[in-house]
Amino acid sequence: MTVEVRDVARRFGGLAALDGVSLSVAEGEFVALLGPSGSGKTTLLRVLAGLEGTDAGSVRIAGREMAGVPARERGIGVVFQHYALFRHMTVFDNVAFGLRVRRQRPSAAEIATRVRRLLELVQVPELERRYPEQISGGQRQRVALARALAIEPRLLLLDEPFGALDALVRKEVRRWLRGLHDSLGITSILVTHDQEEAMEMADRVAVMERGRVVQLDTAAALLREPATAFVAGFVGDAARLPCAVRDGAAHFAPLPIAPVPVALPDGPATAFTRPGEMLAHRGDGEARVRLVRDEVEGPARLVVQAGPAVLDAVAAPGEAFGRGDPCLLSLRGAHVFSAGGARARAG
Amino acid sequence: MSASTRPAGRAAPVRAIPGFPATLAITLLWLGTIVLIPLAALALRPLELGPAGLLASLADERVLAALRLSFGGALLAALLNLPLGLLLAWAVVRLRFPGRGVLDAALDLPFALPTAVAGIALTAVTAPNGWIGAPLEAIFGWKIAFTRAGVVLALMFVGLPFIVRTVEPVLRDMAAEAEEAAATLGATRAQTVMRVVLPGLLPALLTGFALAFARAVGEYGSVIFIAGNLPMLTEIAPLLIVIRLEQFDYAGAAAVGLAMLILSFVVLLAIELLQRRLRRGRR
Repeated sequence: MTVEVRDVARRFGGLAALDGVSLSVAEGEFVALLGPSGSGKTTLLRVLAGLEGTDAGSVRIAGREMAGVPARERGIGVVFQHYALFRHMTVFDNVAFGLRVRRQRPSAAEIATRVRRLLELVQVPELERRYPEQISGGQRQRVALARALAIEPRLLLLDEPFGALDALVRKEVRRWLRGLHDSLGITSILVTHDQEEAMEMADRVAVMERGRVVQLDTAAALLREPATAFVAGFVGDAARLPCAVRDGAAHFAPLPIAPVPVALPDGPATAFTRPGEMLAHRGDGEARVRLVRDEVEGPARLVVQAGPAVLDAVAAPGEAFGRGDPCLLSLRGAHVFSAGGARARAG
Repeated sequence: MSASTRPAGRAAPVRAIPGFPATLAITLLWLGTIVLIPLAALALRPLELGPAGLLASLADERVLAALRLSFGGALLAALLNLPLGLLLAWAVVRLRFPGRGVLDAALDLPFALPTAVAGIALTAVTAPNGWIGAPLEAIFGWKIAFTRAGVVLALMFVGLPFIVRTVEPVLRDMAAEAEEAAATLGATRAQTVMRVVLPGLLPALLTGFALAFARAVGEYGSVIFIAGNLPMLTEIAPLLIVIRLEQFDYAGAAAVGLAMLILSFVVLLAIELLQRRLRRGRR
């Protein structure tokens, strides 16, 4: 199912949760909504599900205008953040719920067959007689997914579905869920504040800031060409460095970082560099190496104290450092945004 | 700990809960002094009559009628309070309206009010010349005060807050997410209430029912004013106990007390067993 969101606004009291958000998702695509808390990603998901109204704008799903269509008629599968399983029902009854409340209810035998097939699909066929409180978090998530898939949705919405899982299970479940998406051929939208999760699972990532989608792109494009300073700072663990552009170069004074050439007009600016882009060289400067962590592959990672600032850097090729050694810093590359919003790649 | 480092003998049990022996001892002592010993006295006293005398004392038509009224009335009142209490709890938890705080506080008044005051007030308004009693009699020909309906009304009054206050926290905890999940799965509002909300509240409703019933069975103060206390018609079992005491028939009074104790225990046990069935697999 295609999803077309255009200029949707939603206010709660004086607060704009969605402020003219637009988003377009293609058939069969897996899109992640990524943003800090309060950026409106969950509200947008709830608007798509029909659990939240809109104050302005239009939402079209599979080409159909959704205004006035209640959640129960949308046929969209939703996996809630805390799963929202029905506590008084067995796993079997939870999964069967969507089939049993249908106007044309399938026969008991058909429901049983379909529920068992779904539980097998999510790899927990042995749990059908258990209650939600008797199973683990990872199992609950699979059951919640099976319950959402029971209504055979063409669009699946996932609200921070991995939040309650421990790191090891999380990684495995992510890959499995992405595989499931591909094999079912459905359209999926995932809400997350975890950029690693968004980038690993999704075809495209929509970065949200204050109720808008500021960039919708592949993970590689987000890293290569962040559209705004916010995106550059939010994805890829970038460090934020205030600087001033003078005569075609960014100067970082008072930070002891060598100037880098950049094609921007003179004036104040902000540079964003990813961890591997700041190099430490041997040499007498005011910067001191505070911590050294040797890596199995690649150069050693350093924590450098430069005046009041603490910066992450890597050792320049062929150089070794000890704690307390003085060093000089340079940038191999950075995204620089001028105060006016103009963007350029430095280095 | 290996066997070699520990001298022969019983291994000390490891307990995660501290103070287990002390808490158990205090609990048993307390339970014994204020519950079990008085109840044992209650059970022993009627035995003075001998088994035949005990049965004769209870088989009296007037006693049976009073027991029927007390238990039947308490069950009916608790049953009528179920939907009413659920509605009020819903209003307190989910609705925002001016005066909600006052309503919330007023719900507990039956807890605080001396029951005699409640009884007199209820009688005054439902009497044939009262604010509610007069129009009801004029329009429908209904009589409330001094009838069995009056007894049930008084029992509903004292039992209602038990249901509201047991359902309220469960309703408050019940995440709106479950109802939203039901909606996304295609359930109508009615299906959501019947299949998701009510089953989730059932254990709390049963607990409230049991508390309201238990309170109503033993209720004395408010009922004797509104009931009229006609033997065989509107006389409740606790009143019969007081009447027998006034006639110095202590064993006879204890016999009625014992009968009430056993009947109450059976009803409460049945509710508890039902609770267990509901809770199976949960928690």
